[in-house]
Amino acid sequence: MDIVALLVILAVLAAIVALISAPLRKTSVERVRAESEDAVAELEARKEAKYREIRDAEMDLRTGKLSDEDHRVLDRQLRAEAVQILKALDDARP
Amino acid sequence: MPPARKRRIRLVVALSAAVLLAGALVYTSLLSSNKAVTPSDLLTAKAGSSYQLTGKVVDGSVRNTANGVDFRVRDRVGTTAVPVSYSGAVPDPFREGREVIITVRKEGATFVGERDSLVTKCPSKFTEDATRRS
Amino acid sequence: MATVGRALLILALVVALYGAAASIYGAIRGRDEWIASGRRSVYAIALLVTGAFGILEVAFLRSDFSFATVAAHSSTTTPTFYKAAAAWSSQEGSLLLWLLLLSHWSTLVLFATRKQLRRVAPYATAVLLGFAAFFAALLVFRETPFGLLAVVPADGNGLNPLLRHPSMMIHPPMLYSGYTLFTIPFAFAVGALITRQVGAADWIRATRRFALGAWLFLGIGILLGARWSYAELGWGGYWAWDPVENASLLPWLTGTAFIHSIMIQEKRGMLKTWNVSLVLATGILAILGTFLVRSGILDSIHAFGASTLGVPFVILIACLIAGSIGLVVLRRTELRSENRLDSLLSREAIFLLNNLVLVAMAFVVFWGTFWPLIAEALTGTRRALGPPWFDTYTVPLAIVLVLLSGIGPVIAWRKATAANARRNFVVPVAAALGLGVLLAAMGAATRPLALAMFVSGAFVVVSVGQEFWRGVSVRRAMTGENPLVALGSLVGRNRRRYGGYLVHVGMALLFVGVAASTAFNDARDVRLAPGQSVRSGGYTFTYERATSRISTRDGELEKISFGAVVDVSRDGEHVTTMRPERGYYPSRDIEGLGPVGRFFEGEATSEIGLDAGIRRDIWTAMTPDIRRLLPTIEEGDRVFEAAAGKLPAALEGQALGVALKGIVNTYLSDRPEATFRVISSPLVTWIWIGSIVVFLGGLIALWPGPDAARRRVSARYAARVAEDLGRA
Repeated sequence: MDIVALLVILAVLAAIVALISAPLRKTSVERVRAESEDAVAELEARKEAKYREIRDAEMDLRTGKLSDEDHRVLDRQLRAEAVQILKALDDARP
Repeated sequence: MPPARKRRIRLVVALSAAVLLAGALVYTSLLSSNKAVTPSDLLTAKAGSSYQLTGKVVDGSVRNTANGVDFRVRDRVGTTAVPVSYSGAVPDPFREGREVIITVRKEGATFVGERDSLVTKCPSKFTEDATRRS
Repeated sequence: MATVGRALLILALVVALYGAAASIYGAIRGRDEWIASGRRSVYAIALLVTGAFGILEVAFLRSDFSFATVAAHSSTTTPTFYKAAAAWSSQEGSLLLWLLLLSHWSTLVLFATRKQLRRVAPYATAVLLGFAAFFAALLVFRETPFGLLAVVPADGNGLNPLLRHPSMMIHPPMLYSGYTLFTIPFAFAVGALITRQVGAADWIRATRRFALGAWLFLGIGILLGARWSYAELGWGGYWAWDPVENASLLPWLTGTAFIHSIMIQEKRGMLKTWNVSLVLATGILAILGTFLVRSGILDSIHAFGASTLGVPFVILIACLIAGSIGLVVLRRTELRSENRLDSLLSREAIFLLNNLVLVAMAFVVFWGTFWPLIAEALTGTRRALGPPWFDTYTVPLAIVLVLLSGIGPVIAWRKATAANARRNFVVPVAAALGLGVLLAAMGAATRPLALAMFVSGAFVVVSVGQEFWRGVSVRRAMTGENPLVALGSLVGRNRRRYGGYLVHVGMALLFVGVAASTAFNDARDVRLAPGQSVRSGGYTFTYERATSRISTRDGELEKISFGAVVDVSRDGEHVTTMRPERGYYPSRDIEGLGPVGRFFEGEATSEIGLDAGIRRDIWTAMTPDIRRLLPTIEEGDRVFEAAAGKLPAALEGQALGVALKGIVNTYLSDRPEATFRVISSPLVTWIWIGSIVVFLGGLIALWPGPDAARRRVSARYAARVAEDLGRA
């Protein structure tokens, strides 16, 4: 093995060790937030899915796939579900 | 109809469809598949039955015919060989010494290849060349 | 540099193992710093493997034949473009490409989700690192791309001429991107199962785009392969149910099922077990696909010969299957459905049906592909199934699938009433049946399955067209925009929906092309002498005269081609002139063959003649009868062998050139017979047009939507819902 290759390998090794050990060398304490952030993210995802569902129902009404009556019932139900999610979101946010 | 019952009916219908499909698969695949053989297996072949033949094209055996080629296929290891007659254009990588897969039917003393069934293994992907070099 | 490359791979393996352990430790102990370190391991591997791949590419581009793989797969006469692509024509090179793509896609997903999914992501990281460790280990211990030759040859073997096609540059990276991207939903599903988050919406939201991307890339890869086969190989087909083709189709089918059924879970919290099983199955099938190509356990044109990779792959796949089943069973309570299907006349029900058909199709393809092994286990003899068997099952299933892809878009979520259904189906059904009657009258009734596919395809095109029309009308009524603007904003605001619809239209066109070109093609294999002709599909193909040429590159002979000028006419009118030919590349095996003979004993490739059109393709390939040249070639061999060493090298080269020219001219003056394959086949072009439509639709569905603006927290909830909905 020639010396240049050895030096290159050692340099890469040092860089990689520095890269992956950086978080371990830091002494920050952020982890308490993790759980609540997860919950918020989950609710955000649910909210978006619900909104999409409401929009889809409206599209279905406009393009003649749902009758007025079916849409009214469905829309009311979906919006009620969306309100639930928003409430939960506000509760989950610190 | 109560929903639980409805669901059970749906499940039964779905399951029986699956069982039917599975049964049909087993039956037809047993019926329509060809035995995969090497040339030495074909020495006792019955006329009229089809086989999927795998082996190597014998050096110097390829002859052009009116609308295809005649050649002999031998065992991967060994010298037992059978004559094969194939009509149609041969695939690009087809050459003497190459490994081929072909569906054949015994007719008289020779084996007649099924149209479009001739497959030559892609040689670039073989490590054969490299091993021969080293 | 080979040492450095090898060291980088060893380092990648070590980092992968460390990162997987760090992620799991961090997840169990709730230590964020270890989780972050695990994630950074993925970034580090991406850098390391990029370095290793770069070294290999440089070796190929510089034709450094001290690398065994460069000597075996490239040469100084290989064009630069193909030198770059030759890196992944070998076993070891393609494994390295796999690892490269895996590490980059993993980096992308983990970077994108670094602030979310705090519980699921660490396990997903560990799974992805596990895959990386597996492939790195193969590259370190089994198939190293950095093996050196003791004796450096003057020139390499060259890239197989068959692989010299522009597709070589994109087809493998696309397929591998598809395969590796499918491991991402797999990894997150495993994480979600472990952390009991499988019912959650956020991991699905985070990986949806990757699943869609995987589906798109794999689809493009498959289609490029089909196009390559059609336009390059002297065969004239685009699909042969070859095990390797099937292996790429399997994850694509289950992936298609998954991207549909996941919508039901997102909306309704239903089908969780089904979805998670589909994701896991798709990930495993992607690995299985890689394994089939690498191992050669099934006879295939793509199979690598003596491969040593069978055992490690079988162990990996067995672990994946056992682990997946175990996880799903352990988490069955979390997988319970939150809702029930409201009605059989709803989009959910159609999606479910589409899923069943797709999974049935995947099962059929799986069964047929592995039948040689199943039969060997059952009956003791290996048996093989041909394309007709596959067609028996896949054709009817494909027709149902196309039909469903037209029904889905015009039926409402949750519940459709019969009256509405009627209103939506009248036009498409009438149009499709009308076309069916018309086609039947024109003679298509002789092929009922093809006719059924045409009718289904027409139904899809009209029903989706009607959807677009109605959507545009609604927008115009609301905003008064001109139709094109209305169409743009309609699609822009509902990218997933209308992108998906476009994909349906594209698939319908593609299947119509497949049905027409298989049912109504006319292929002839015939041996002709100059002046003779053959008829196929109403066209007359006349072999006018033979052609020949010698191509050189950088002063070295590249190939000798023998071809034909073929005149195509219809009812006495000239349609086109084609020049199919077959090129013979010199063999590198200099010792075993004669000095002249070696120029005819190497690889041969067909250059096909193709006249593609909207209505039909005309395709020709020819195989010259070079056996007639054999006496001349043998004569040449004798002369040059006798003269070997007696002439100066330059003079010998010149003499060889003259001799080859003489042989080539002999061929021309001989009025040689040749074997032709002529095909006339309708609507093939629609397969490629359909693919492009699918691609565009997929891109639209994949394109990121506008980020919802930050909401005011104070508004009343119902008003906030209305406001949020109005904004996006």
